[in-house]
Amino acid sequence: MKIFDYHAPETLLEAIRLHAGGGPDSHLLAGGTDILVKHRNRAVSIESLVDIKHIAGLRELTLDEETGLTIGAAATCGQLRENRNVGETYAGLVDAVSQIGGVAIQNRATVGGNVCNAAPSADSVPPLIVENAVCVVSGPAGERTIPVAEFCTGPGKTLLESGEILVSIRVPVPTSSTGGAYQRFIPRHEMDIAVVGVAASVTLDGDKHQIIKARVALGAVAATPLLVREAGDVLIGLEAVDDSYAKAAELCREAAAPITDLRGSEKLRRHLIGVLVIRVLRKAAERARLNGATGRA
Amino acid sequence: MSTQIQVNTMVNGEATEFRCEPHQNLLYCLREILGLTGTKEGCSDGNCGSCSVLLDDRLVNSCLVLGAEADGREILTVEGLESWEGLHPLQEAFIEHDALQCGFCTPGMLIAAKALLDRNLEPTEKEIREWMAGNLCRCTGYDKIVRAINHAGESLRSHEES
Repeated sequence: MKIFDYHAPETLLEAIRLHAGGGPDSHLLAGGTDILVKHRNRAVSIESLVDIKHIAGLRELTLDEETGLTIGAAATCGQLRENRNVGETYAGLVDAVSQIGGVAIQNRATVGGNVCNAAPSADSVPPLIVENAVCVVSGPAGERTIPVAEFCTGPGKTLLESGEILVSIRVPVPTSSTGGAYQRFIPRHEMDIAVVGVAASVTLDGDKHQIIKARVALGAVAATPLLVREAGDVLIGLEAVDDSYAKAAELCREAAAPITDLRGSEKLRRHLIGVLVIRVLRKAAERARLNGATGRA
Repeated sequence: MSTQIQVNTMVNGEATEFRCEPHQNLLYCLREILGLTGTKEGCSDGNCGSCSVLLDDRLVNSCLVLGAEADGREILTVEGLESWEGLHPLQEAFIEHDALQCGFCTPGMLIAAKALLDRNLEPTEKEIREWMAGNLCRCTGYDKIVRAINHAGESLRSHEES
């Protein structure tokens, strides 16, 4: 295997300097569950690897009543899964990270890495999109924010400029009576990659019958995870029942651009979108009835 | 100029130092530098769990950890399961229940199961199966492994009570 330089900077500034100075073959190391596999498979050339886990704050999860959840770029899926408070407020996100690989993978894999790896099937991305999450990135030109919904631009491609580092992902506090959920279809029970993934967030009115706000995002059915705005909008003012969800499901089937590959055909994927969108909206609404403050089911 | 990195770590309770190249994974360092060949290389891409070790008490695939990342951390491998009292109850249970055939996945199974029992001494069958999903066995069909872990939990519980 090709030899590379390994750096473990302790400040963000130093990390940016190393990463920007390392040129196109400088890569970042967080959990390593994608980059080290790609390196082994010679799918990526690494001259310099900058480990971001020693930078203060980057491994932390912070939960704040006003600013919401801040996921440090090196915080693991396991940290999210085990944090009860996060699970209550961001159930859809926890649904997703609990399905990425097995326990050993979740103990290393980071949400930030899942987003930056930009796989169309990335499980954590659709729930982050429906939760209106924002990426905070920092680089030689300073800091900026990018909505997760816009961050991925194609398989393995993101809006990150050369030398830029994802610092954290901010997930705002959901409004009351909001619930979220994520489900995917895989032929196995676990340790697999989504054939289709669906995330939804649903906000109900005071009586918990009518939908006042909804967002739906899909994974593994287009070149990037996909926010289907019209599917959320069509639900506004409708009763939180299956007939309403079916309308959103139809719009999602139309919005998707699935391909046929080893994991499933285009036809199968369109069918699965219809099934999963209804199930996920049902689950999200069920959690919204409990004020969105539910654990995982 | 040497590119080697000095790593100071605790392996199975003993302060251990080694030098490795930046690209060498922890699995390689354990087996080839430290001679701890109990940890096995299966797929080397995080699918099979043969290389499972505990890193600061957390279950990880040592093929997906760089040796350099182990600096300042604690590692437990299958060689560290045995104590002065003898085999670990999980090892006893695996023998008792014939929970292995070729044995290649067994070190990883034992380490993954230890990580589970460290957190939950009374897991349900479903919890055991979900937790062990990242550890593949092509021989046993898993039933005997699940049974062995269940019994090891029982024996650890009775040990705690007594």
